[in-house]
Amino acid sequence: MTLEIDNLTLRFRDRPALFAPLTLRIAPGEVGTVMGPSGVGKSTLLDAIAGHLAHGFTLTGDVRLNGQSVLRLPPERRRIGLVFQDAVLFPHLSVGDNLAFGLTPDIRGRAARANAVEQALIRAGLAGLAPRDPATLSGGQRARVALMRALLAEPMALLMDEPFSKLDANLRSEMRSFAFAHIRERDIPALVVTHDPADAEVANGPKFLLSVA
Amino acid sequence: MTTEGRLLRGMVLLVVGIGFLAPIAAGVWQTARAALGVLPAIGATEPGLQAFALLAEVPGIGRAIWLSVVTGLGSTLMSLLIAGGVVILASDRLAGRRGARLLAPFLAAPHAAMAIGLAFLLAPSGWIARGLAPVMGWDRPPDLATVNDPLGLALMLGLMVKEVPFLLLVMLSALTQVPPRRDLAIGRSLGYGRGMVWVKVILPQIWPLIRLPLMVVLAYALSVVDMALILGPSNPPTLAVLLVRLFSDPDLARLLPASAGAMLQLGLVVASFAALWGGEHLLRGLGLIWLRRGRRQGVADLLAPRAAGLVALLLMGLGAGAMLSLLVWSMAWRWPWPEIWPESGSLQAWARPGSGWGRALWNTALLAFATTGLSLMLAIAWLEAEDRARMARARWAEALIYLPLLVPQVSFLFGMNVLLLRLGLSGGMAAVIWGQCLFVFPYVMIALSDPWRARDRRLDRAAAALGAGPWRRMVAVKLPVLLAPICTAAAIGMAVSVAQYLPTLFLGAGRIATLTTEAVTLSSSSDRRVVGVLASLQAVLPWLAYLAAFLLPALLHRNRRDLRPAHDA
Amino acid sequence: MKKLTSATLMALTLATPTLADDWQATLDAAKGQTVYWNAWGGDDRTNAFIAWAGQETERLYGVKIEQVKLSDTAEAVTRVLSEKAAGQDAGGAVDLIWINGPNFLAMKEQGLLHGPFVAGLPNARYLDLSPASPNSVDFTVPVEGMESPWRLAKFVFTHDTARVANPPADMAGFVAWASENPGRFTHPDPSNFMGATFLKQALIELAPDPAALQQPVTDESFAATAAPLWAWYDALRPHLWRKGEAFPENESVQQQLLNDGEIDMAMSFDPASAAAAIAQGLLPETVRVFVPKGGSIGNVSFVAIPYNAAHKEGAMVVANFLLDPATQAHMQNIDVLGSFSVLNPARLDEGAKASFAALPTAPALPALADLGPTLLEPHASWMTRLTEEWAKRYTK
Repeated sequence: MTLEIDNLTLRFRDRPALFAPLTLRIAPGEVGTVMGPSGVGKSTLLDAIAGHLAHGFTLTGDVRLNGQSVLRLPPERRRIGLVFQDAVLFPHLSVGDNLAFGLTPDIRGRAARANAVEQALIRAGLAGLAPRDPATLSGGQRARVALMRALLAEPMALLMDEPFSKLDANLRSEMRSFAFAHIRERDIPALVVTHDPADAEVANGPKFLLSVA
Repeated sequence: MTTEGRLLRGMVLLVVGIGFLAPIAAGVWQTARAALGVLPAIGATEPGLQAFALLAEVPGIGRAIWLSVVTGLGSTLMSLLIAGGVVILASDRLAGRRGARLLAPFLAAPHAAMAIGLAFLLAPSGWIARGLAPVMGWDRPPDLATVNDPLGLALMLGLMVKEVPFLLLVMLSALTQVPPRRDLAIGRSLGYGRGMVWVKVILPQIWPLIRLPLMVVLAYALSVVDMALILGPSNPPTLAVLLVRLFSDPDLARLLPASAGAMLQLGLVVASFAALWGGEHLLRGLGLIWLRRGRRQGVADLLAPRAAGLVALLLMGLGAGAMLSLLVWSMAWRWPWPEIWPESGSLQAWARPGSGWGRALWNTALLAFATTGLSLMLAIAWLEAEDRARMARARWAEALIYLPLLVPQVSFLFGMNVLLLRLGLSGGMAAVIWGQCLFVFPYVMIALSDPWRARDRRLDRAAAALGAGPWRRMVAVKLPVLLAPICTAAAIGMAVSVAQYLPTLFLGAGRIATLTTEAVTLSSSSDRRVVGVLASLQAVLPWLAYLAAFLLPALLHRNRRDLRPAHDA
Repeated sequence: MKKLTSATLMALTLATPTLADDWQATLDAAKGQTVYWNAWGGDDRTNAFIAWAGQETERLYGVKIEQVKLSDTAEAVTRVLSEKAAGQDAGGAVDLIWINGPNFLAMKEQGLLHGPFVAGLPNARYLDLSPASPNSVDFTVPVEGMESPWRLAKFVFTHDTARVANPPADMAGFVAWASENPGRFTHPDPSNFMGATFLKQALIELAPDPAALQQPVTDESFAATAAPLWAWYDALRPHLWRKGEAFPENESVQQQLLNDGEIDMAMSFDPASAAAAIAQGLLPETVRVFVPKGGSIGNVSFVAIPYNAAHKEGAMVVANFLLDPATQAHMQNIDVLGSFSVLNPARLDEGAKASFAALPTAPALPALADLGPTLLEPHASWMTRLTEEWAKRYTK
């Protein structure tokens, strides 16, 4: 499983391209990091890869997963996971149901699915929190639930949008190693958009800089 | 990938276009034809301006027009000033759910019920006069025109009781988009008084957000029928009431001047919009000159907002008294002057649903559920299509939604009914459901679209990234997360449906009796007790809808802190 | 001569079974129909009576009645007209209309009515249908079987005896009374039937030549006949409630004003309405009825069937039911409606007569004899002209 981006440019209507053409390649188990000045379009880049570009944007170049272009697929069929800055848990669902929402449909049967959810919680150090309202969790707990939810869907790649920036310093490094360890364990490519040079350092993968076109 | 979305969007726009906009245009067209002398139905085929000449001969027409303009513009302007003053005075205390909860009963009470209650409260023999009688030494009710007064003051008061809460709510919701706190801090640190910051900085920012709702209020106030029938002057009445009288005159030739009047009514509304536009530009120019002078303090700081607050409290007191008087009358037997409370009570009026209110209640509830359900479905389809097509909001289409609220009802309902009759569709429940949807849908759409668009879209993305397709995203994520605004939109839709008078009357061929049509008809009867039952039910029904809209999400999301309304602080 | 009589008799005896057969056919066709009866809905007791009638006709004939409550009868006329305009010549929304005077004239002239049908109703035999009977002339317009009578209306005043000991004896007397009691008297807006009737009552009394009122109005006859009326009204108006600048919309609102104590006198087209209202708690118990000493206007309320009614047979069954002596006695019961019967007492059998005699009485219920002579309604054109002229003169 490899994530490849080939000469990607983005522009809104007839405005100039957001950034210079981007080419990158991230191997399975690798965590690539993208940095760049604010407003250069880092989040839009993630939208483009995940398939959420708003009407009016045009894209050139290609995004490939395992050599297959994903650009024609709707987001739900790209199998690219997303983790946001503030977790973005479904506020109407319990912690357990958030995970169950993400859990791949390949696991069948009520008991099997409940078990998979509980295992994920245990691995995230959140055992027994399934019935909780996500709003009552701490920031670090929420971040871990969000990551587990993304991974339970068995994505073929993972995108993270400044995933640790809202956490305080101690929690940040703990969460970073937790996340990267899980990515390596899954052996999938991950792309982290960040402001924090420490993220890039710890990730120890390919680094990319977005620059104004 | 987005073709499905575009298709859905196209379908929604088609439904709105064919179902809503075309009939209104056709209705106006039919009425305009009759105004120009062409109504083959009564043998009028010669085009010309004779209908307008006939209209000019209708006794009191000049004063009727004047009355419409004065009561319509006057009540709207006063309501705007008062609502603005209250916002300056108490925006933080009314922010969020708290304001909505306080205002809901006043918004929920239909105009007709409010008018009936106010009429009793204000009449020379009414509650207020009875309270004053011992002090003033009145042994008989004073011969004062406190309702149906020739200047239309009672009508203006009635309109204000309803419109101030509405405009207040509109302003409060605009303030969630333009949070005033920061501007206030900056302005006051520059030495400006609180009210001056509001007038110079904040209100100009929310003006674009309240302009359209204000136009709706203005168009409504200029052409209101039910409230004007009950509270307004009678000899002559306002233009809209005069027109309804002409439209129902046994002399069928009167349909021509009636249609001409309907066009005139439309002209009045258009002209008042133009005046609003002109006034806005004038004020903007003058306001900037004023602003550049840099005056720090002014009457807006304390005096004016306090006066507005006082008037608003008075209006709310009147509204509450009106509602209470309906309930008391519904349970009275004899309640002669100058007793403050009924001499004897009876639940007879309540005990006989067969006398009419049972059926009316059933029809009203049926219409409310049907129109709200349909309107919600259409609104959700519209917004969902927008999401799926990944297209920005179609502003032109959105502006057109307001059309039914901006065109006076008398200007198109007659023509529309002629059209429906020709298609054989008039007079049934279906026609009324559709006719009410014309007015329910815009409100539902307006109420739902902002929260829908303001929701956290990352939730959709998260769901899609987890493999959820568009349907699952809608059903499992969007709709549950938006439960509270959907419930609110539904409650508003029901309140609008319950309050409809002219569409129900015209399109139902009078056969579909609702609480509103019955209450208005019986408001000119001799039995206030029956009217009290009808109007109480009419006011309670929307209020229950608001209550349910408030309780349902609170109950279903009781363990979901992020979905609970912000706590009052 | 003798031949003619026997021929008439023959025709009658032959006609009777035909009539009965026809009626049976009507009954059969009516079964299961719902009659949309468009009737002014401002009076709760009338509404209740119509609801009762619906239960009875459903029980007896399988015909349901759905009252379409109007705030003005003209609404129904407009509806039928718009249907005709749209070419809907059958299956119309209106089956039966409570109608009178100008509305009847308008519909008759526009060809919007079904009929003649009255002679075909079995219960028409209890009616006096001679040409001069009030059942045969509606505002001088010949009925010609196009509408069927159902209740008797006679113009009366009501006054609260607790406040008015000696009500005016004639229309002229109202000026003196009102100037002594300013703001305590008014009349419904003349655009309303009752307000117009008040003006007509004065017109009849004050007209130099009342006979002119039975002819269609002309500019000359109007100017000459109405001049004393306007002089009288100009003297009266300043002393009226709200200085004669606003008027109650109809007699129900006026009755409410009497009940509220805002005025001391009201008027009605139903001599029993005061007693009924007292029983309903809608008027003080001290209210009584009076009529001007020269008598008052009287007429009959009718029901008519539009030409395009969807349920004509059902409508005829209802019209016939309304003329049933039992129905009329029920209607005349003060506890029900208190409306005087339109049937000719001479034509009733003993049982029916007894049921009328057994009806309860009330202190405020006048006897037929107290109501004085009945004055004929002027030609309908007078009312239209009168209300138009009034509106021109007194609408600002």
